[in-house]
Amino acid sequence: MSILVIAEHDNKTLNAATLHVVAAAQKIGGDITVLVAGSGAQAVADAAAKVAGVGKVLLADNAVYANQLAENVAALVADLGKGYKHILAAATTNGKNILPRAAALLDVSMISDIISVESANTFKRPIYAGNAIATVQSEEAVILATVRGTAFDAVAAEGGSAAVETVGEAKDAGVSKFVSEEIVKSERPELAAARIVVSGGRGVGSGENYHKILDPLADKLGAALGASRAAVDAGFVPNDMQVGQTGKIVAPELYIAVGISGAIQHLAGMKDSKVIVAINKDEEAPINAVADYWLVGDLNTVVPELVAKI
Amino acid sequence: MKALVAVKRVVDANVKVRVKPDNSGVDLTNVKMSINPFCEIAVEEAVRLKEKGTVSEIIVVSVGPKEAQEQIRSSMALGADRGILVETADDIGALEVAKILKGVVEQEQPQLILLGKQAIDDDSNQVGQMLAALLGSGQATFASEVKVDGDKVQVTREIDGGLQTVELALPAVITTDLRLNEPRYAALPNIMKARKKPLDSKTPADYGVTASTKLKTLKVESPAERQAGVQVKSVDELVEKLKNEAKVI
Repeated sequence: MSILVIAEHDNKTLNAATLHVVAAAQKIGGDITVLVAGSGAQAVADAAAKVAGVGKVLLADNAVYANQLAENVAALVADLGKGYKHILAAATTNGKNILPRAAALLDVSMISDIISVESANTFKRPIYAGNAIATVQSEEAVILATVRGTAFDAVAAEGGSAAVETVGEAKDAGVSKFVSEEIVKSERPELAAARIVVSGGRGVGSGENYHKILDPLADKLGAALGASRAAVDAGFVPNDMQVGQTGKIVAPELYIAVGISGAIQHLAGMKDSKVIVAINKDEEAPINAVADYWLVGDLNTVVPELVAKI
Repeated sequence: MKALVAVKRVVDANVKVRVKPDNSGVDLTNVKMSINPFCEIAVEEAVRLKEKGTVSEIIVVSVGPKEAQEQIRSSMALGADRGILVETADDIGALEVAKILKGVVEQEQPQLILLGKQAIDDDSNQVGQMLAALLGSGQATFASEVKVDGDKVQVTREIDGGLQTVELALPAVITTDLRLNEPRYAALPNIMKARKKPLDSKTPADYGVTASTKLKTLKVESPAERQAGVQVKSVDELVEKLKNEAKVI
């Protein structure tokens, strides 16, 4: 049994999401190989080699993999993947972009967003925005799956000593080209990995008010900032801060929802948080049904008071 | 150029679904069904491209039960020109849907192929990518902006850190994210007109596909219920609970 894990990275550092995927791979059991496809990504391969539980690292270092274009990376994954029983990637936008393409090239079905490993070919995954959990069994010769990071505890980033092997010639599929990228810079912890998340919804009123109210609370708690789809659509904050079925899935120790009503689509992204606090002026808001503690009040006075008292 | 849009009939986004007592699936009897919201955005984008003169004809295709005709008719009411229904059983896998769509693409030869990024029932987020792979064409998933320029298309994609723009050679597959556009409402005269637009009925066999899947759903359960929480009356009480009871700050 051998497992290929696709590394998530930006050519410089290995993204923590990969550590969660390795954890899922360990639950399946077998030799774990990590594939680093990138450009100038030696440092990423070295970091992957140190990850606990990793047996081997394959480095495909070529300009055609620089921006993780699905056309090129999926072709590589399908090509290398034939020799493996499982191929796993993180359920990030990158993993979701690449893995189904690789599956179709291998002519196999794939399983998205697994939250538990029942056996080597049986997995659980959420459907209907997390309102039902399906147990799915794959009869494919090669099993491809994306892994929901928040459902598996990360393995240690240190402690391994895998060999790094360089692989194959790279081919440019020639149907797509990278043009540009706009990455939002932030000093705060990464949303998907943060221990505490402070999230704002339509109730905060405006982008200006969002930051005026929520920044001090996030600063005080060392928390990441998130938002509901309503807040993103209203233009309060950029879309990469969206928590929900169509945004990021988070499961921090503490999730503070401020001015969020709690639509099904939002709950799908945060209801596995350990402790949920809701601050809302509406006593009937659906968010209160999943909250451990809920406070009915005007967020403009309650949140600053909270900042002052913690 | 021709545009092909794939739409799926799913449980309406506002319905809170219930798992069947025998754990065989989700109870869909007497539940309101609609066009998948992401698919609706794909239809809207195609219609906008037609209004700009980029697209000359919009073909909407659905792979699913007979009733998916309703979703094809709604797409026509929004501006699609004709429809194709490939009738299959409920339990068809993403790979098989992609193979059927490949057959449709080969027959119709569209330059732009638009799909939603995911269906809100199975939440798979796979079909567009699989279709692009089978066609050997470029893919732009999670699109929030689409600009057609001659025989190329520039697409801005929503990625984890922000936005990425890619350029694809046509024909290309694009899957839509929520922020791509705001779908319009169908006006009554357009709903009436849509009834007269052509709708072809096909089967998977017409495209040489056997509709089955090697993924078996063994069981569908309700997620673990969260314990009911408590309402706190003041910020002091909240801080006290977080510090001493939940011990998270």
